[in-house]
Amino acid sequence: MLEVNQLQVNYGAITALHDVSLRVEKGSIVTLIGGNGAGKTTTLRAISGMVKPKSGQILYEGRDITGVPSHKLVGQGIAHSPEGRMVFANLTVRENLQMGAYLQRDKAVIAREEEFVFATFPRLKEREQQLAGTLSGGEQQMLAIGRALMSQPKCLLLDEPSLGIAPLLVKLIFEKIVELNRTRGLTILLVEQNANLALEISQYGYVLETGRILLADDAAKLRADPKVRDAYLGG
Amino acid sequence: MTELLQQLINGLSLGAIYALIALGYTMVYGVLRFINFAHSDVFMVGAYIGFYLGPRLGAGTVWGGIATLAAAMAGSAVLGVVIEKLAYKPLRNRSNLTVLITAIGVSLFLQNAGQKILGANPRAFQFPVPGGGQQRLFPETQLHFRSLTISSNQVIVLAVSAVLLVALWWIVHRTRIGTAMRAMSFNATAASLVGINNDAVISFTFALGSALAGAGGVLYAMNYPSIDPLMGTLPGLKAFVAAVLGGIGNLPGAALGGMLIGLVETFVSGTRMSTYRDAIAFAILILILLFRPAGLLGKLRVEKV
Repeated sequence: MLEVNQLQVNYGAITALHDVSLRVEKGSIVTLIGGNGAGKTTTLRAISGMVKPKSGQILYEGRDITGVPSHKLVGQGIAHSPEGRMVFANLTVRENLQMGAYLQRDKAVIAREEEFVFATFPRLKEREQQLAGTLSGGEQQMLAIGRALMSQPKCLLLDEPSLGIAPLLVKLIFEKIVELNRTRGLTILLVEQNANLALEISQYGYVLETGRILLADDAAKLRADPKVRDAYLGG
Repeated sequence: MTELLQQLINGLSLGAIYALIALGYTMVYGVLRFINFAHSDVFMVGAYIGFYLGPRLGAGTVWGGIATLAAAMAGSAVLGVVIEKLAYKPLRNRSNLTVLITAIGVSLFLQNAGQKILGANPRAFQFPVPGGGQQRLFPETQLHFRSLTISSNQVIVLAVSAVLLVALWWIVHRTRIGTAMRAMSFNATAASLVGINNDAVISFTFALGSALAGAGGVLYAMNYPSIDPLMGTLPGLKAFVAAVLGGIGNLPGAALGGMLIGLVETFVSGTRMSTYRDAIAFAILILILLFRPAGLLGKLRVEKV
């Protein structure tokens, strides 16, 4: 479904990604793990058109989407729940969700998707009219995911859903991610600091280090790999 | 007491015009984070559109006046979008200072082109009556409440401003594109991630702000019945102060700031300090920047982790 070939991304004089290639099969959960500054977020940003790659190619359902601006990718079925959540703090929860369905003109479809998001995250329903800026970190993360779901994506790019969130909510959010993958067939490319948790729900994983793919293997094998355990899974 | 009320009404109708202009500054700041100094000249062009189209649209009658206002708003909206596309869009990824200096350049260009094309002399904002003589844009009468005299023009200024403010509120809070404007002013990157085309929202913002400035230009010309190509400078600067006073980027703030500047200016005019009425807005600007830089309704942004 998604294929990245020899991607190179520069920020000014600094090369953030040297040569990243990866594949995400339809209906799977694939995770990128690695330390700070390894290039995980940059990879997602390049896929969703937030940064322009220097070279390399990104294929989505066989089409070349390299350098296509973000707002055009949403309509093709790629949604990105970004690092830092980036919910619209000055808008209500409901307005945030409606913005998630910005390209959808059919009100009935918007209402149906909204119902689906509220059923997935009932906490958001309770806070429907509240400004997103008043939500807790975990609730904002649910909203960021919910907003991404509103565009009815086929492929979800999910950046650090566990960052700065209470452990109980992390568990809930990861259960929902698995549920979305199983029931909706949603393809998910997950970036996560919490490598253990991420590999647990993924089928396949890539280990990034300083802008390069270090290892690529089945998630179960990565979890068993002594090198990975030492470096990323806390021994 | 009568004088106080009289001044209050004068101040409100002047303030309403400042508010209309200030909203354009603050909306553009909200989405692009720069001050569009050419905005005051869109205000001027709005007045000239009214001046030239008024006679064809039936100036001197209520419906003619409304049609003239609408035409000035539409023309100004187009001008605002054209300015944005030609002057600011090519500079989208440059520093804000570059765009700011360009805005000053556009402003000077419009003023000087206006003097060349329209003539530098002030013109009376009046329209010929078919049988001879001159008339105002709207039919004018004096309304008397006890000892209070209110010109119907002031009522029209207040009524039109109120309608436009409500319409703006509705657009910004109840429509899809308005919500997108607010979303983008908070985080443009996140906005594009949900499919909002930033360029389309920016164009819409310029159209909306410029339409309000165009209406402001006609209303201003109606009450101070003469126009010239440099007429935008002072009201524009005062409206800019109003936007900062209310909290730049904050829509209710801009409306409130405009009203306050209009009231203060009018009340100062009524005292022995009337010579300083133009200085007062800038004194307010200095005080605000010293003591409350975020403005009256502005907030410093706190991000939750």
